Amino acid sequence: MKRLLAIAILAFALTLSTAAFAIDPLPFQNTAQRDRFQHLTRELRCMVCQDESLLASNADFAKQLRRQIFDMMQQGKSDQEIKDWLVARYSTFILYDPPLAPSTIALWFGTPAILLAGGIVVAVVLRRRARPAHAIAEEPGEDW
Amino acid sequence: MNPELGQIALILALLLSGLQCVLPIVGAWRGSKPLMATAPMLAVGQGVFVALAFGILMWSFWINDFSVAYVAQNSNLDLPWFYKLSAVWGAHEGSLLLWMLILNLWTVALVAVLGNRLPQAFFARVVGVLGFVAFGFLLYMITTSNPFLRLFPVPANGADLNPVLQDPGLVFHPPTLYMGYVGFSVAFAFAIAALLGGELKSTWVRWARPWTNVAWGFLTLGIVAGSAWAYYELGWGGWWFWDPVENASFMPWLIGAALIHAQAITDKRDGLRAWTLLLSIFGFAFSLLGTFLVRSGLLTSVHAFAFAPSRGIFILVYLAVVIGGSLLLYALRAPKVTGGKSFALASRETLMVIGNLMLTVACAMVLLGTLYPLVGEALNIGRISVGPPYFGPLFMILMTPLVLALPFGPLSHWGKADLKVWTRALVRIVALAVAAGIIGFVLGARTFLELLGITASVWVMAGVAMFALKRWREAPRGKRYPFEMLGMMLAHFGIGVFIAGAILTRSMSVEQDVSMKPGSNVQVGSYDFHFNGVTDTPGPNYHAQQGTVIVSRNGRQVVVLHPQKRTYAGGQVQTEAAIQAGVFRDLYVSLGDPIGDDAWSLRVYDKPFVRWIWGGGVLMMLGGFAVVLDRRFRLKKVREPEAAGTQPDTGAPRKLAEGQT
Repeated sequence: MKRLLAIAILAFALTLSTAAFAIDPLPFQNTAQRDRFQHLTRELRCMVCQDESLLASNADFAKQLRRQIFDMMQQGKSDQEIKDWLVARYSTFILYDPPLAPSTIALWFGTPAILLAGGIVVAVVLRRRARPAHAIAEEPGEDW
Repeated sequence: MNPELGQIALILALLLSGLQCVLPIVGAWRGSKPLMATAPMLAVGQGVFVALAFGILMWSFWINDFSVAYVAQNSNLDLPWFYKLSAVWGAHEGSLLLWMLILNLWTVALVAVLGNRLPQAFFARVVGVLGFVAFGFLLYMITTSNPFLRLFPVPANGADLNPVLQDPGLVFHPPTLYMGYVGFSVAFAFAIAALLGGELKSTWVRWARPWTNVAWGFLTLGIVAGSAWAYYELGWGGWWFWDPVENASFMPWLIGAALIHAQAITDKRDGLRAWTLLLSIFGFAFSLLGTFLVRSGLLTSVHAFAFAPSRGIFILVYLAVVIGGSLLLYALRAPKVTGGKSFALASRETLMVIGNLMLTVACAMVLLGTLYPLVGEALNIGRISVGPPYFGPLFMILMTPLVLALPFGPLSHWGKADLKVWTRALVRIVALAVAAGIIGFVLGARTFLELLGITASVWVMAGVAMFALKRWREAPRGKRYPFEMLGMMLAHFGIGVFIAGAILTRSMSVEQDVSMKPGSNVQVGSYDFHFNGVTDTPGPNYHAQQGTVIVSRNGRQVVVLHPQKRTYAGGQVQTEAAIQAGVFRDLYVSLGDPIGDDAWSLRVYDKPFVRWIWGGGVLMMLGGFAVVLDRRFRLKKVREPEAAGTQPDTGAPRKLAEGQT
C-alpha cells in the first residue's frame, strides 16, 4: 500500500513538473559555449521527470546538474568527458541517444532491418509485377 | 439525479451498440432485409444516448456538481466557463466519452451521407463493424472508467483543472485529434466489411477515400494544434520533442498518409488491393494504440500502468481482439489474386509504392523507439531513454528518398512515366533548388543545415509549381485542377513549407536565458530586449506577475511584450509566454523567477520561420479536406435492387456513379 501511495504521489509530482520549464541564466563566456551547452543538455534526460531534457526541466535535480555541467565546461572538459562522467554516475538512462549495447541492438538495427525487409519485398513485387515500358499501351485521355 | 441519467444513457448506448454490431452483420449474412434495415436506426439511437451522456456530464461541470467525482477532480468554482466545458475532456474518463461521441458523429454522418447510396449489405456490415468498436469502448468506460461516479461527502469546491490544460489549446486539440483518430475507424470499417463480405472488386475503396482524407486532415490539425499549444503554453519554445504522447499521434498520421496514397492506387488502377486493406487495419490499430497509450498511464511508467490493472488488462484484450481479429480475417480473406492494371518500373505507381514503404518504415521506427524503453523496463534489461537524437536523424534519413521522389510522382503518368519529362523536370528542379541555395547563401545562410532546409523546401515546392504549370498548359480550361488534384497540390506544397520551417527554425533560432534588472537591455540576434520590471495583475482564477519587455530593432520599437507567471488557487504555477508572431520570425519572451536584487530570470527567443511548421501542417490539412469535394466521389442515390432478397450475401458492389477515371 505504501508503495502504491508513493507511486501515486510521484505520478502527481510528475504532472506538475511539466507545468513550468526552466529559465536558468548561466554566465557563459560566449555564444559558442552557450550553443554547446544547449546542444549537450538538450540531449540529456532529467532523471526525475517524466520525459524532459536537462535543458528544459525545472526540477532541482536538473538545476544542480546544469550547474555541474556548466562548471565542467569552464574547466575545459569535452562533451564526451562530461557524458562519461554522467553515465558513470547515473547510468546510460540519462542519455537520450542510447549507446549501442547488447540491450539496444534491436533498437538500433531494428529500423534498418525493417527497411531492408520492406525494400526486398517491394523490389521483388515490383520486379514481378512491372512490365517492360514498350509493352504498356499509351492510354488516351485524362491521366489523373 | 442527473449523473445517474448519464449512467443509464451509457448503459443503453452499450446495449444498442451490441445490437448494432450483431443484427446488421447477421442480416447481411442471412440476407435479411429487415435485419439490415436496423443498422441506421441503431446507429442513430446509440448516438443519441451517447450525446445525452455527454451533455449530462457537461451540465454537471456547468452547475459545479462536485458530487460527481470526475467534476470534483477537474473543475473548480472559479474556473472560467469555457474551461469548465472543455474540462469535460481534461482527463481520462471524459476524454473517452469524447472519443465515443466523435465515433457516433462519424457513424451518423456515414448514415446520413451514404445510407441510401451504398449496397445495403455492404453498408450494414460497415455499420456493424463500427458498432463493435463502440461496444468495446462503452464497455471499457462503464466497467473501468465511469465518468459519472459519485463522491461522498460532497466537497465544497473542486480540485481545479490542471493549469497546463487551461488554455484555448485544450479546447481544440483533443477534439480535432480525436476526429482524426476516430475517423480512421471508418476506413477500418470499410475494409473489414469488404473482407467479411468477400468483396472481389475494390469499388468500396472509392467510397472510403473521402472519409480517410477527412480523418487525416483532422489528425493533421490535431497534431498542429498540439504542437503549437506546447510551443506557447509550456514556455519552452520547442514544437516537437518526440515524446511518446506526440509519437502516439504521429504513428497513425504516417500510416494515414500512406493509406491515402494506397487507396488512390487501388481506386484508379485497381492495384495494391491487399496492401490497402492492411493499411486500413493498421491505421485504426495505431489510433487505438495512441488513445490508450496516452490515456492509460502506461507511458508515465510501466508501474503506473499496473496501478489500475483492470484498465490495463481490458485495453490489452481489446487491442488483441480488434487487431488480432482483423489480421486473422485479413489472412483468411485478403484477395489472393493480384490484380490491377499493368505498369512499368518507371511509373507513378512505383514512386507511390516507394513513398508508402518509407512512410510505413518511419512508422515502424517511431513505434520501435517509443515502445523499446517500456519493453526494456518490463523485461528488466535496464532503463533506456530514447529521445530526439534517436528519432530526429533516423526520420530525416527515411524521409530523404520520399522528399527527393515527391515532385516526380505527380509529373509521371500512371502505367509508365515519360523519361524525357523526368529529365526535363529534374534539370529544372535542381536548377531552382540550387538557385535558392545560392540566394540563401547571399542572404546569410552559412550552415549546412540552413542550406539543406532551403534547397529541400524549394525542391518540393518547385515540383508542385511545375506540375501546376504543366496542367495549366495541357489540360482544357475548367478541367485543369479537379479538387482531388488540388488537394494533392496543397498537401505537397505544405510539405515544402513544413520542411523550411522545421529545418530553419532549428538552425537559426537564438535562445538565451538571461537575468535582467528593470531598465536593463539584452541583445538577441538583431533585436534589443528592454526589461521594464514586473507588476502584479489579478486574473479570473489566478494571480499573475506580469513583466513588460520592449523589443526594438535599430532603435525603432517593434513590440511590447507581457509575459506572465500565474499562480493558481491550488498553488500550481504556470508561465504564459508572450509571443510576437510573424511570418518570418517569432519573438518570444517567457518570465522566470525573481532572483534577488530586483532582478528576474527571463527566457528570450528569436525563432525564425517557426510559423511555417504549422503553416505547412494547415496546408496539408486543407489538402485532405479539398479532396472530398471532387466529383469523383459523388454518389448517386441507388434504389434497393430487387435481387437483394434472393442473392444477398455476395453483396456485389454495383458500378455506381463514375466520375472521370
